[in-house]
Amino acid sequence: MSLILSIVVDGVAYGMILFMISVGLSITMGLMRIINLAHGGFALLGGAAVHLLTTRLDVAFVPAFLVAVLAVVLVSVLLERLLYRHIYGFNELGQVLATIGIVFIMIATVNLFLGSTILPLGAPAIFTTPIDLGFRTLPFHRLVVIISGLLVLAGLWFLMEKTRFGIYLRAAVDNRVAAASLGINTPLVYLVAFALGAGLAAVGGILGAELLPIEAYYPLRYMVLFLIVVSVGGLGSISGSFLASIGLGILDTAGRYLLPGVGTIFFFVAIVVLLALRPNGLMGKAQ
Amino acid sequence: MTFSKLTLYLVASAAFFTAGTLAQAETIKVGVIATFSGPNAIWGKQFREAIDVYVAQHGDEVGGHKIQFIYKDVGGPNADASKAAAQELLVREGVKYLAGFDFTPNAVAVAPLTKQAKVPAVIFNAGTSSINKQSEFFLRTSFTLAQLAQPAAEWAAKNGSKKVITAVSDYNPGIDAETAFAASFEKNGGTVLEKIRMPLQTNDFAPFLQRIKNSGADTVFTFLPVGPATFAFTKAYNENGLKAAGVSFIGNGETDETTLDALGDQAIGLVTAYHYSDVHESGLNKSFVAKLKELHPGSRANMASVGAYDGAELIYRMIKAAGTDGTKAIEAAKGMEWESPRGPVKMDPVSRTVVQNVYLRRVEKGADGKLVNREFATVPNVPDLGFNP
Repeated sequence: MSLILSIVVDGVAYGMILFMISVGLSITMGLMRIINLAHGGFALLGGAAVHLLTTRLDVAFVPAFLVAVLAVVLVSVLLERLLYRHIYGFNELGQVLATIGIVFIMIATVNLFLGSTILPLGAPAIFTTPIDLGFRTLPFHRLVVIISGLLVLAGLWFLMEKTRFGIYLRAAVDNRVAAASLGINTPLVYLVAFALGAGLAAVGGILGAELLPIEAYYPLRYMVLFLIVVSVGGLGSISGSFLASIGLGILDTAGRYLLPGVGTIFFFVAIVVLLALRPNGLMGKAQ
Repeated sequence: MTFSKLTLYLVASAAFFTAGTLAQAETIKVGVIATFSGPNAIWGKQFREAIDVYVAQHGDEVGGHKIQFIYKDVGGPNADASKAAAQELLVREGVKYLAGFDFTPNAVAVAPLTKQAKVPAVIFNAGTSSINKQSEFFLRTSFTLAQLAQPAAEWAAKNGSKKVITAVSDYNPGIDAETAFAASFEKNGGTVLEKIRMPLQTNDFAPFLQRIKNSGADTVFTFLPVGPATFAFTKAYNENGLKAAGVSFIGNGETDETTLDALGDQAIGLVTAYHYSDVHESGLNKSFVAKLKELHPGSRANMASVGAYDGAELIYRMIKAAGTDGTKAIEAAKGMEWESPRGPVKMDPVSRTVVQNVYLRRVEKGADGKLVNREFATVPNVPDLGFNP
């Protein structure tokens, strides 16, 4: 019994970190239909900014977190205005090549100034305190991540389904010309959605750093993981990304508890089977 | 016909002698094959900086020859790239010594070339025992996993560990470490409850550590590649309450100097068995570390640095003894002894890996507030225990 509880608790905690990092990708890639392989780069920049502020400039974690996310949003706005605006019009291969180029520039920049080793984030001591759940202990930061993940899920659902911006965005990605002719400022909608995706990447990168530590090669190292979550969840579906993250988190964790030797293969086999049955992912819309 | 044969002979021998005399005055090139780009670029950086220190301290001339190091990037564990780099260095650059080799496959790939060209290759890191069996031209100034894991097991058995679980990354070095540790621990009267092999691409170690905690083991022995995996494993060790529950931790390179700061205070108290710490108490180590800081501010010496530094020492000594004659150089290297920043070292004439002290270290906060690996016990003169010729 305690084994099952352990699997659920660890799986949900791990899945929530996956969700936090990849939900931004689900927005840019799924809703905006741009293959943005630079997504992990924004998580890296957010983490690197927190590292700079907390360990080199002695800023406390919470203000550093806010400044870092804001900085990433600003960078993403600049990038959207200067680069992504042109990339939207490329074909799929062009988008892949252009965004992977942006990743390499981000990696090289971080590598040049901060080196290629792990960049610790000066998280408050309470983050690592184990919390006793009765049958086992769980570090406090995992609880923070679980709660943040739920808040992000609720906020995004509200934004996409209930606000005017959500309606504009869905209209703009479905038929840009028609949306524009109805008076929707589509370039602005794209800009805001892109900045939102980048900001969420930064939040996920920083909060998830306890598990996926920040270092210069972060975007490439975990790219496959983020892409798996989005493709299993279904492009453009936030609730799909959520289900996929939690499901994959539990699956992966169960594999590690029960079959430590072959857990990884088990994980990939499950993904292959799922995608064979549902090529558009759990909640994907038919193309 | 006879005449042309004679001419050919004369021309050939003239060319040979001219080449011979030219070689005397020529620079001797040393090709360093390592990773200078990508996620593992730290290896090449550490190698190069340590060689810079060695050259700054000893000059770039030995026995009348000028020494030139040529660096080739292979971008990570990549056997084909390593072989191609070695070929290019040998044929186009005419190097007389090869060096570097951060990963085992990169070293193994050049074995046939070293035999064919009779060029000594000094391994600065790759730690699988079997490498040196592939070519009699391999020399190693780093360590092997058996050399570290066995003293770790003996120390643990003598210091209160009864029931141990080994948890290693599922790849060759991890399995080498697991085998050496388990055999030696059982020989010393301990019990190995379970051997866990963890996937190489994992970052969430909570399940494994929870399992270890529930098993009733009093000690966990681990070997993981330096980097994100190590970071996550040591974190999970603390956060799942193993430290609080009194499960001791013993590892090998998990508290490497280049990632120690990132591990943070949670690393304090971790015990590892290793051959080098940048706070090793000796005059030679102090001057090595000081020169490294002077030439490359912000750099920290680690086992890759000391492997390259001693590698340069060995190459200088071979050039002094044998110039560009590879076979003679290897013979001269066998049994060589010198003082290294890690303590006394000796080239084992059979395994051609350094015989060295293995130190038990505990992570502590140093005088400047930085974390250090403080040595507290020494297992002297350990050979490569995994080499069976």
